[in-house]
Amino acid sequence: MLHGSIARISGPVVYALDMRGSRLYDVVRVGDEQLNGEIIRLDADEAVIQVYEDTSGLKVGEPVVNTESPLSVELGPGIISSIYDGIQRPLPILMEKSGDFISRGIAVPGVDRDRKWEFTASVTEGDTLKSGDVVGSVHEYHIEHKIMVPPHVSGTVTQIESGEFTVEDTVCILDSDTHITMLQKWPVRIGRPYAKKLDPTLPLLTGQRIFDSMFPVTKGGTAMIPGGFGTGKTVSEQTLAKWADAQIVVYIGCGERGNEMTDVLTEFPELVDPRTQQPLIERTIMIANTSNMPVAAREASIYTGITMAEYYRDMGYDVALMADSTSRWGEALREVSGRLEEMPGEEGYPAYLATRLAAFYERAGRVVCLGSDRRAGSITVVGAVSPPGGDFSEPITQNTLRIAGAFWALDTSLAYRRHFPAVNWINSYSLYIESVQDWFAENIARDWRELRDKTMFLLQKEVELQEIVQLVGPDALPESEKAILEVTRMVREDFLQQSAFDEVDSFCPLEKQYWMLKAILTFHDAITDALSKGASLQQLLDLPVKTEIARMKEQEDVATIKGLLDTIDTSVASLEVAQ
Amino acid sequence: MTPPSLLTKEYKTINYVSGPLIFIENVKGVSFGETAKITLPNGEERTGQVLDVSRELAVVQVFEGTSGIDDLETRVRFTGEPPKIDVSLDMLGRIFDGVGNPRDGGPAVISEESVDIAGTPINPYARDKPADFIQTGMSAIDGLNTLVRGQKLPIFSGSGLPANRLAAQIARQAKVLGEEENFAVIFAAMGITYKDASFFMTDFERTGALERVVFFMNLADDPTIERVATPRCALSVAEYLAYSHNLHVLVILTDMTNYCEALREISTAREEVPGRRGYPGYMYTDLASIYERAGRIKGKTGSITQIPILTMPDDDITHPVPDLTGYITEGQIVLSRDLYRRGVDPPIDALPCLSRLMNLGIGSEKTREDHRNVADQLYASYAYGRDLRRLVAIVGEEALTELDKKYLEFADEFERKFISQGNEDRNIETTFAIAWDLFSMLPEEELKRIKLDYVQKYHPVYKGKSRGTS
Repeated sequence: MLHGSIARISGPVVYALDMRGSRLYDVVRVGDEQLNGEIIRLDADEAVIQVYEDTSGLKVGEPVVNTESPLSVELGPGIISSIYDGIQRPLPILMEKSGDFISRGIAVPGVDRDRKWEFTASVTEGDTLKSGDVVGSVHEYHIEHKIMVPPHVSGTVTQIESGEFTVEDTVCILDSDTHITMLQKWPVRIGRPYAKKLDPTLPLLTGQRIFDSMFPVTKGGTAMIPGGFGTGKTVSEQTLAKWADAQIVVYIGCGERGNEMTDVLTEFPELVDPRTQQPLIERTIMIANTSNMPVAAREASIYTGITMAEYYRDMGYDVALMADSTSRWGEALREVSGRLEEMPGEEGYPAYLATRLAAFYERAGRVVCLGSDRRAGSITVVGAVSPPGGDFSEPITQNTLRIAGAFWALDTSLAYRRHFPAVNWINSYSLYIESVQDWFAENIARDWRELRDKTMFLLQKEVELQEIVQLVGPDALPESEKAILEVTRMVREDFLQQSAFDEVDSFCPLEKQYWMLKAILTFHDAITDALSKGASLQQLLDLPVKTEIARMKEQEDVATIKGLLDTIDTSVASLEVAQ
Repeated sequence: MTPPSLLTKEYKTINYVSGPLIFIENVKGVSFGETAKITLPNGEERTGQVLDVSRELAVVQVFEGTSGIDDLETRVRFTGEPPKIDVSLDMLGRIFDGVGNPRDGGPAVISEESVDIAGTPINPYARDKPADFIQTGMSAIDGLNTLVRGQKLPIFSGSGLPANRLAAQIARQAKVLGEEENFAVIFAAMGITYKDASFFMTDFERTGALERVVFFMNLADDPTIERVATPRCALSVAEYLAYSHNLHVLVILTDMTNYCEALREISTAREEVPGRRGYPGYMYTDLASIYERAGRIKGKTGSITQIPILTMPDDDITHPVPDLTGYITEGQIVLSRDLYRRGVDPPIDALPCLSRLMNLGIGSEKTREDHRNVADQLYASYAYGRDLRRLVAIVGEEALTELDKKYLEFADEFERKFISQGNEDRNIETTFAIAWDLFSMLPEEELKRIKLDYVQKYHPVYKGKSRGTS
């Protein structure tokens, strides 16, 4: 092993001498306390190291040892429902070892070594396997955790056995004398291999009306949620983590608040996945590197997270990854870059910010996995962005915009009036609408796309009309346009607004979304028609059915909402008769 | 770690002095972050901290400033330890300077423990969920942006706005319903004027709370760089009192803008690449290392609640100091010059205010079942009323519909009756009663944010009457 010594310490960055022979991104142990670090630059026999722990107390001359392997995560049964720090150290175990506050120099394996798992073999001796093939499985909660032949390994099975094993026990031996265990290691900065990328065509359903019905994201797609503070990025991310129809959710708290992670930790075991009826925690992996934890580990946390996501994707699952917030990751990059005295790009960020961001988001996608059964899996990435001052022209927002497929722009003025989710419907967009419209037509309704486009048209029209109202007052508008303003107000308040904390409303099934929107648009058609026949707008707006529409959110029974359509027609018609 | 040697070496090798920094050559065995003692030619001793160390050079920031330091006679001694503060329960009722030396003429603290002022991050897994509603007696906070134990809720003020009065009123009135108080207040002043500091002191004295308060005073004419240590000293004491003595500690930090300026001064002296408005790029991380020290820990009864106060330069909420603070803290209380001019007291602008932990502290068991709905409805109706004000300015009130006129009136009454309360200490029931009185100004079908059941239970129209008498 390579030994060197510390030559300089500057915050999270340490310079070490006598390191010739090291490779970039090798993991090193720094100082007498053996702090974890990673080599990020080589200069003659000097290595520049970012240290994942607080560097206070380090001295010049203390030893540096190169482990000669890149920063890796451990993959195997036992990951689900765990909570890790940015470099995959389980926080509960850190607490056992060092108490309520995180101390330094503790090395803990990411996956429990002692626990035994009931392994069921699914191949027999003599079978020929290639990388990605499943040799058997264990049950990790209700998830069938597939034990796969690691990438770049193949051969014929010479020995395999079902039974109780720990993750380090050999469960299968190949003729190449490869011992397969349930534990794999993978370097975090390299994407795990797959057979082929697929076009994403299935929507990732979230139970949120603004996302599913207006700006859908696909399984394997990418979405970004930028917004100033208090606009609800974290609540949106958590809502998605709760209700997205993925089999596995990876939630990364990257440089965010400690109390928020506590919230997730206490809430998720109690909440039940509406689709599987299992506690949400049993499909969730959490990574918490809060804002006061070391900045270099924050940089690593999103890679740690996506590597674990890829592992479950390789089993053929749909994985959703929430990164809150990618801006904090970018800032970590900036801080380390600043300490390296690199020439800064825009706003002090390093020039490679855009490529790093793109490389991260590109690890999302729907793929055909390795393995003979050609199973498909996906990773959907939803990244929160925290632009300084809520100004979207800053580098992280702009660079993410070039990559993300769905843009959910949060709006401070909507948040101020407590319109949540505070997604601005005019600025947001989704590039996946074309991809998913066939799915919607087949599974929900033929006219889904039509309804959506009409809603968007009305909302756009509202903006124009509001401008006129601001200039000359509402009286100047003809009745038909006043009607549009009333209807769009209904769309905003009775459809787009959705409470994340209400028992019924927090999750809205797709069918209910469709009929809610349909009811509002039917109301629009009915009153437009009635107006043209001479009815008065005020009378139409006083119809009791309008209040019923406003209460659709609280309604659990979709049939009742469907029934509203008839009520709308008959009550508007009765008004016409009365005249 | 090797224990510090008894033979300490003194260096007279200062070769560069710039702003708050000194550079010392040919140092050996110096550790990153350790404390340095600097002896000036006139015998004065100052304290510093190592910011960067290499084989040739150590960079030290001097808390008391560098004036009078020369490159010939000044001696520097490294202590081998990070900056520490002696903590004790006896600190209650005492006044200290920005780095923890007595300022009240009293004796030095007899140390129960000596702790590193930088602290260490709480393991997120060890955190306990904040859940206790703190009744501050202020409707704008209790009703709309509830404070809970273990939260960090800053006040965003503008120059000349009464943030201090608000903070003092909260400290005075704050209580958790149905509990005997076992509290302490820690007050950390960074670069504020003597007048502001004495306002707090007088207020605590008047209410008899003085012996439960620890003061850390770095006033406007005290050394700037010392400010970087002040909140850390204060929070170290807070952690000790909360987790070793089971006290509920309220920490008031004022003014964080001065703190950030000190940070900028150091950063500029180090010739670092500046971020927005010259503040260092790591200011988010640095502020987080202060704010994140609020919270509760599983299995411990004590808690730390923070109320940092900051001045928004030019009332600009997008300025880096309020902006980064807002990204770390769990909400914010924003004061408005406009409301202040109109005599609303306290001039809290409800719209940009937020308490992220509100939902944990409210509801049927804690405050009342309709709390969330009431808050949402007040917000929605007030926001709409405020929009209409702008419209009225252009087209006149006559152009409004009857309903819109009611909203306009609602917004006025909301500010006058709900937000404005002067020195009154309102309990939460009074706050709800005022809210429902305001709702009765609006037609019932406008109360879309409130569940039908709650409307029928709490709306003044139904109170003591059967349905339909309206």
